[in-house]
Amino acid sequence: MAFEGLADRLQSTIKKITGKGKVNEQDVKEMTREVRLALLEADVNFKVVKDLIKRIKERAIGQEVMESLTPGQQVIKVVKEELTELMGGENSKIAVADRAPTVIMMVGLQGAGKTTTTGKLANLLRKKHNRTPLLAACDVYRPAAIKQLETLGEQLTMPVFSMGTEANPIDIAKKAIEKAKEEHHDYVIIDTAGRLHVDNELMDELQGIKTAVKPDEIFLVVDSMTGQDAVNVAESFNEQLDLTGVVLTKLDGDTRGGAALSIKAVTDKPIKFAGMGEKLDQLEAFHPERMASRILGMGDVLSLIEKAQTNVDEKQAKELEEKMRTMSFTFDDFLEQMGQVKNMGPLDDLMAMIPGASKMKGLKNAQLDEKQLSHVEAIIQSMTKKERQDPGLMNASRKKRIAKGSGTSVSQVNRLLKQFDEMKKMMKQMTNMQKGKKGKGMKLPFM
Amino acid sequence: MGFMDKLKNRFKQNEEAEEVSTKYKEGMKKSRQTFSGKINDLIARYRKVDEDFFEELEEVLISADVGVTTVMDLVEELKMEVKRQNIKDTKDIKETISEKLVEIYYGEDDEKIEGLKLEEKELSVILVVGVNGVGKTTSIGKLANQLKLQGKKVVLAAGDTFRAGAIEQLEVWGERAGVDVVKQGAGSDPAAVIFDGIKSAKAKNADVLICDTAGRLQNKVNLMNELSKVKRVIEREVPNAPHEVLLVLDATTGQNALNQAKTFSESTNVSGIVLTKLDGTAKGGIVLAIRKELNIPVKYVGLGERIDDLQEFNAHAFVYGLFADMLEEAE
Repeated sequence: MAFEGLADRLQSTIKKITGKGKVNEQDVKEMTREVRLALLEADVNFKVVKDLIKRIKERAIGQEVMESLTPGQQVIKVVKEELTELMGGENSKIAVADRAPTVIMMVGLQGAGKTTTTGKLANLLRKKHNRTPLLAACDVYRPAAIKQLETLGEQLTMPVFSMGTEANPIDIAKKAIEKAKEEHHDYVIIDTAGRLHVDNELMDELQGIKTAVKPDEIFLVVDSMTGQDAVNVAESFNEQLDLTGVVLTKLDGDTRGGAALSIKAVTDKPIKFAGMGEKLDQLEAFHPERMASRILGMGDVLSLIEKAQTNVDEKQAKELEEKMRTMSFTFDDFLEQMGQVKNMGPLDDLMAMIPGASKMKGLKNAQLDEKQLSHVEAIIQSMTKKERQDPGLMNASRKKRIAKGSGTSVSQVNRLLKQFDEMKKMMKQMTNMQKGKKGKGMKLPFM
Repeated sequence: MGFMDKLKNRFKQNEEAEEVSTKYKEGMKKSRQTFSGKINDLIARYRKVDEDFFEELEEVLISADVGVTTVMDLVEELKMEVKRQNIKDTKDIKETISEKLVEIYYGEDDEKIEGLKLEEKELSVILVVGVNGVGKTTSIGKLANQLKLQGKKVVLAAGDTFRAGAIEQLEVWGERAGVDVVKQGAGSDPAAVIFDGIKSAKAKNADVLICDTAGRLQNKVNLMNELSKVKRVIEREVPNAPHEVLLVLDATTGQNALNQAKTFSESTNVSGIVLTKLDGTAKGGIVLAIRKELNIPVKYVGLGERIDDLQEFNAHAFVYGLFADMLEEAE
């Protein structure tokens, strides 16, 4: 029942479709069937899926198959391009009004994460843009919503404007702007109550706030786990308020996040930020291309090939392969590899992209911790040049020094040394295996 | 008598049942409008039951978040049924559709409403879990109110010590329902708060203790471990507890709800689901898949913002809620 990555599913289909020449209709039909299922399982709205599949079919049929790809891979390439195009480019700009304060209004359903995002956005404005925002507590309905914003304000040492739960949200918004002018705040972020998009009375209230304070930005906050209903929600909020952007929350979960695609498709408004955790600094610029891969189930063989090609130059790869074979791979090489791997994006994504990796025992449940990676980095960086070249030098006092230098423990150093040794053995095995196969095969820089 | 008639009659027989169905009808008005509208539309446009009809039906069901696999299975079964009964006219398939939907939910089991399992004379403990923003605290407030109206003495434990304002939010609900709330400061250990809650509930001779917990995404291993710890404390302090572990799910959530149900079950052995926000346009169809694949029943649904807008789940009423317009039209 777990959603296998699209790659796993496509593997078998791709295998069936071999040979060169043009992509024929039958190929496309088989491929798009799988793609359709994958997109639906990722919660992309079925109408959006339908349009997308239609476009993919039109484009893919009759295409020349690129030299290096199979027809199956060629279709996937088209899929990825279409998805990426639909997601649009990166855009995490925040408007600046001609006359301060710039007003940002946060809207959305209950529980989407508006208040938390308000706090995060304020933090971002101060940290990255050197601004001094004022937060306005206009959620007078949900119990303790004002208190929540005030607590966030305390945590950030940022002022929060509130008038209690008896006041009218439109008045609160207006007064907040007046106060911001008096106290020279350059931004006002208005937190509004969560509401259903079909609740006319409350939607009118939002329009009232909009008319009264003329916000420069209206951000719809959407839970990335939202299902098919995302289109209805986004469409009505957009129709009634003419949004300027979207913030996708809870993206640090394991949802495939198809809602992102649906929202973009129906509103054509940029998804600007993504909530990536519970801490107040965990609001990031949204990366449409990464999202496209994620929705596809990440197991995108092609994008891994692309990424590997752009990040590792051929010569380096050759040298590496030689080193692997002769087992002269050193910690310096390892560090370099880690850097390259990091450049390619989050580790989990990468693992998922390796064909068959999800089937490899032990790898499937491997929890790849980026933090651990930085520990590893610190340990290696605390080694001397000689030690990096020749781990055989290690003795108790060296290990102690390294542990101290890297802020880790001797046992962690030991573990890394052991892992490194095992890895070297494994590499040798793998390179030998690869030698057996002819052709270009996958040359992963870290394998 | 056809299945739809049976369904209808079930709710016309007595007043109480009618009240239940009215609440569902009202609460799910928005959900229904789109859903049954689509099915009706579908049936009107396709006279004949053919491949195209099934493909569109597939889409209608998917649009209710029923889940791709479940829908595919359902449509397969429908196709067989159509063959077996030699159904040609789409009008005749309406019933079979809703019958199958109820069947997915109940499977081989008896068609009964699965209520809370509480002790008669001793303290019962209900642990409430879920991801962020699904409506845990609100549901607890409503549930506390309902249990109190049934004459039970209820205590709430403010186990969400993480989110800003969460403790205050529960306190407001405690006031509204007129029940005590046990709390510690923000940032304190949730297991300790729950422990205090148990002690206090015992001292007060309470019937039910409802434990709130902080929302957490199911892929955060540390936070899920914290939840297991909370559960262990409850197990240790009260025999047979927790009597219920309720997972709160947002009806707007898509396929990820299945992951949520699975992972929360692994760490806390979920005994039932509270499906919230069903008063929007979302249909919460994923609960069918959850019941089918993990055998976790839905116990309550949230149909609005008022304190009495929490209803016991009833699969017939749920499906009836989705199809009510169609039924009435047929009359």
